[in-house]
Amino acid sequence: MTATTTSARSELSELGRSETALRTFLHGLPGVDQVGAEQRAAQLGTRSIKTTAKAQAIDLAIRMVDLTTLEGADTPGKVRALAAKALRPDPADPSCPHVGAVCVYPAMVPHVAEVLRGSAVHLASVATAFPSGQAPLEIKLADTRAAVAAGADEIDMVINRGAFLAGRYQEVYDEIVATKEACGDAHLKVILETGELATYDNVRRASWLAMLAGGDFVKTSTGKVPVAATMPVTLVMLEAVRDFRAATGRQVGVKPAGGIKTTKDAIKYLVMVNETVGPDWLDPDWFRFGASSLLNDLLMQRTKLTTGTYSGPDYFTLD
Amino acid sequence: MSERVAVRKTYKLFIGGKFPRSESGRSYLVQSSNVSLASRKDARDAVVAARAAVKGWAGATAYNRGQILYRAAEMLEGRREQFVALGIPGDEVDAAVDRWVWYAGWADKIAQVYGGANPVAGPYFNLSAPEPTGVVAVVAPERPALLGLVSVIAPAIVSGNTVVVAASPTEPLAAVTLAEVLATSDLPGGVVNILTGAITETAPTLASHLDVNAIDLTGVTDATLATDLEVKAAENLKRVLRPAPGDHDWFAGPGLARMTTLLETKTVWHPKGV
Repeated sequence: MTATTTSARSELSELGRSETALRTFLHGLPGVDQVGAEQRAAQLGTRSIKTTAKAQAIDLAIRMVDLTTLEGADTPGKVRALAAKALRPDPADPSCPHVGAVCVYPAMVPHVAEVLRGSAVHLASVATAFPSGQAPLEIKLADTRAAVAAGADEIDMVINRGAFLAGRYQEVYDEIVATKEACGDAHLKVILETGELATYDNVRRASWLAMLAGGDFVKTSTGKVPVAATMPVTLVMLEAVRDFRAATGRQVGVKPAGGIKTTKDAIKYLVMVNETVGPDWLDPDWFRFGASSLLNDLLMQRTKLTTGTYSGPDYFTLD
Repeated sequence: MSERVAVRKTYKLFIGGKFPRSESGRSYLVQSSNVSLASRKDARDAVVAARAAVKGWAGATAYNRGQILYRAAEMLEGRREQFVALGIPGDEVDAAVDRWVWYAGWADKIAQVYGGANPVAGPYFNLSAPEPTGVVAVVAPERPALLGLVSVIAPAIVSGNTVVVAASPTEPLAAVTLAEVLATSDLPGGVVNILTGAITETAPTLASHLDVNAIDLTGVTDATLATDLEVKAAENLKRVLRPAPGDHDWFAGPGLARMTTLLETKTVWHPKGV
């Protein structure tokens, strides 16, 4: 660790002490070139990944999936079935890896924990008044503690977009810090809800804010607003985690969520990760996909590669 | 004033109601035109489009399907000259229109003729109703290019199936022009998908595809290929229509077998009141 990095790190850790310092820092971040970011993201989507590389990419993508169900209609039976699928996505093929995590509402955590106990699949739960985040802080923290107590080892929190957009960065920062504390040993993923942040500059600022406050992951979306994860937004976030590690030495993960439905999309994201932040992030500990229907498409493509024939949705579970 | 430059036509595939080029970018020269040479990925995309269309098309009322098929016949009639210009004899175009209308009429009759009440020994109404099987892959006969094509597409879709058709490789222009007819007939996108190119490339993909429910091998002339395709189709128990004999008369009455082979029967037991 060089002297500059160390001093930069201590400087950054001071930022959370004052609203002015935070604002000065976040607004001092270089602006995002919108056209450039979109073009770069589009360009990275044109790579052709075939045969063995594709097989590896598919297996990696399966390991990175946060198999998610966040419906009002979720029942204990449904989430148990989902957890069973997470352990063994393709029952016909034992060589198929398990997914990264299962992601459910806090009330469903105990049912999933029962199934996942003893396995390497993580249990993520959304908390902090997901998806709007519009609730008093005590309620958000109680929500978080309850999820952790019930067995979740990853917490997906939503930031207070109302406060962020109004420029009350300190409030957002403090909420993340408090939630991180409430998490204890559990990993904290911070959902920026980029579809509501309006600009890439805001995405960059929110990413930095989340990382400064101690988030272990930055996540794009809740999946509950029309605009979910996009390539350019994820690119901006990847650049932020790259720059953050360069400045502080701490690595933060990225999780695009919502709208990623096909293997082709997933592979585009993996290419972007490799080209933007490098292979250090090509691991389920540092990059995840928040998805549900993506898994079936990955499994169908995997079956095509192993058997040579195209499979159909009739042969995989509905979830 | 300078002389007008003719607009040259590109013959493309018909997938999901759109006219894309082959994803492989390939084309081949046939009938003095460049025609897309479909790859196995195009076949896969066509199956995805066909599968997506099943729910809406099979769920439409039989009357509605019949009306849409009549509309297609009207459009076909209106483009008679265009087909004749492609070298298709006028009487074949007429026969194709008639064939289309004939099948359109069956839309709301097939369930009456092939469904019905079964006498059972118990206090039940027992009713059988024919239902479409789903996605049907079709290898169209090489010729007659238009009448043959109409005679394999119409019986499959009239009952609510959706099709992926491998068109005649030697005379594909009629198929692409028929796609233009269908695209302007209120037929929902994806109900008919047409691939031009080599049968040896597209048919095996379709035959082995697990999301295809039936395959019509009418246009397969090579006996070894036909056997191979049938073996592939057995993997998920596809219904199979065997190749037509070489001397098949396409102008003769088609019978009902093409429709009924692509149907499944649903039987319902309903308790009778006392």
